[in-house]
Amino acid sequence: MAKGRFGIYGGQYIPETLMNAVIELEEAYERYKEDPNFKAELDSLLKNYAGRPSLLYFAEKMTKDLGGAKIYLKREDLNHTGSHKINNVLGQVLLAKYMGKTRVIAETGAGQHGVATATAASLLGMECEIFMGKEDTDRQALNVYRMKLLGAKVHVVTSGTQTLKDAVNETLREWSKRVKDTHYVLGSVMGPHPFPTIVRDFQSVIGREVKKQILEEEGRLPDVLIACVGGGSNAIGLFYDFIGEPGVRLIGCEAAGHGIRTKKNAATITVGKVGIFHGMKSYFCQDEYGQIAPVYSISAGLDYPGVGPEHAYLHDIGRAEYVAVSDEEAVEAFEYLSITEGIIPAIESAHAVAYAKKIAPSMGRDQIIVVGLSGRGDKDVAAIARYRGVEIHE
Amino acid sequence: MNRLKQVFANGKAFIPFITAGDPSLEITKELVVKMAEAGADLIELGIPFSDPVAEGQVIQDANIRALSGGTSVDKIFDMLRHVRKTCDVPIAFMTYANPVFAYDPDKFLRNCRETGVDALIVPDLPFEEKGELMPFCLKYGITLISMIAPTSNNRIHRIAREAQGFVYCVSSMGVTGVRENISNDAKEMIKLVKEVNNIPCAVGFGISTPEQASRVAEFADGVIVGSAIVKIVERYGRECVPHVVEYVRMMKNAVKVI
Repeated sequence: MAKGRFGIYGGQYIPETLMNAVIELEEAYERYKEDPNFKAELDSLLKNYAGRPSLLYFAEKMTKDLGGAKIYLKREDLNHTGSHKINNVLGQVLLAKYMGKTRVIAETGAGQHGVATATAASLLGMECEIFMGKEDTDRQALNVYRMKLLGAKVHVVTSGTQTLKDAVNETLREWSKRVKDTHYVLGSVMGPHPFPTIVRDFQSVIGREVKKQILEEEGRLPDVLIACVGGGSNAIGLFYDFIGEPGVRLIGCEAAGHGIRTKKNAATITVGKVGIFHGMKSYFCQDEYGQIAPVYSISAGLDYPGVGPEHAYLHDIGRAEYVAVSDEEAVEAFEYLSITEGIIPAIESAHAVAYAKKIAPSMGRDQIIVVGLSGRGDKDVAAIARYRGVEIHE
Repeated sequence: MNRLKQVFANGKAFIPFITAGDPSLEITKELVVKMAEAGADLIELGIPFSDPVAEGQVIQDANIRALSGGTSVDKIFDMLRHVRKTCDVPIAFMTYANPVFAYDPDKFLRNCRETGVDALIVPDLPFEEKGELMPFCLKYGITLISMIAPTSNNRIHRIAREAQGFVYCVSSMGVTGVRENISNDAKEMIKLVKEVNNIPCAVGFGISTPEQASRVAEFADGVIVGSAIVKIVERYGRECVPHVVEYVRMMKNAVKVI
């Protein structure tokens, strides 16, 4: 059995054409992750370019309004490019450069990962091509133009359901055509080994910072961490440093779309079954014959039929809980945080805010919740307006 | 005798690929029988999958057509039960890991034996992960085919040593689909395979013309053609059988005398 397992999950289920590329990547990562030059360069980029550390903000009005646990927001929305995606992308694009690659390709759902990749490619002087499903280029047109401004070529993917999973398919196909000079900057803790490990390591800065910040602020660890889960990169980034702290509850919020009893959701762990797809064994939304199901969420970033293998494992061993949050709850939380704290969250992150709203009132005032605010919501304003029946002409 | 041995016993082998259920399982059944009569040495039968990442546009579209028509693994097994009443051509399934995994690998391979499927090709199950299905393949006597690619380099010896039946050599990088030029990579790959295992090597990806096929057959033991045939099926739909048969006959003629 191949390396890169989380219990039974993970692995390297990819065509032979890509095997040497992932082996080369694994070797390079093992070589450079402890390399002083690489580490110094990445630390400097995270600090001086991305703006780390990101704030851990005490949401006082929200806390008072809900009348229960103290709520802190980990402000990944304040990073350069507006989401946690930049943490992983700077690491991977820098790694690609150390490997001698000259071109990076990536999939994107909401466009946050595509924008982050295009940004890092522009900064580090790499050619960049982004694959994005047609449904997503339609609902996130601003991000498409943003990527073009940053010098990336954007491919509109019209196969399959024309969303994130199809963008991943197409990026894998493109990578198998051209591996020599090209690195695939996978955007989440998914895909074949070593991606789930590499992306987790680059994102784990979130949880490390939270630990330090909350100890400084409160002198104790939080009781609950909440993050949204599509592939699960911001959630694992937040959770990772706390997995060994049994007193800290870890809660991942999946997209329930129109509801987990309908077919229109993307709540993979809640409704999916174990399967093998996109290079990994994990949970997937699928039919009885293993055909990958078309999934749905108002959030393009959570609209994915799988979940990272480490989440599948954390679920099975009972270390993390995974709950489903509907479109309606997420939109309400989107509006709530905007009006209460003056912070417009990404609709993805709003799923985590919604769950915090739900559980905070029944928790004690001496208890602490940290919510991963993975991104900012500017990109979603038009879609939320549409959801509320308002047409905006930009 | 294992039917896979027959595949390479009649000169260089011609191995056509079709997607089961495209345009219907009724036509697939007819295609299998008639392609066998036209000289196909092994028929590679694709079980459609929603997300075939190793396929180019032509076969992706065939997968969608087949699934939209309601094709399922169970219906494919039923179709093969009918085929086996009159036709004993060697058959290999080509599908992705998830349809087999979701069906239950034990039941899937048991049904393969029962319906006379000889081999299984799973492009997203590389050497490192073959343990996922190998125990069931061994249990039911189905050959799990190994693939090698132009980037396999130092992996080829390791893969070839444990290969069974034949080695599927991917001629070029990228996904399936018709190509203008077939590179010579496969020739070198086959040389490396034969250094450690005297096993037949069939070359696929990109081949569509008789000229390309006969050039590949100079150094390979078999030629696999998919997208070119699927294109004929796509073009003629329910009327495709005679056109496919004619193509298969032409291609078998192009490879067999080499």
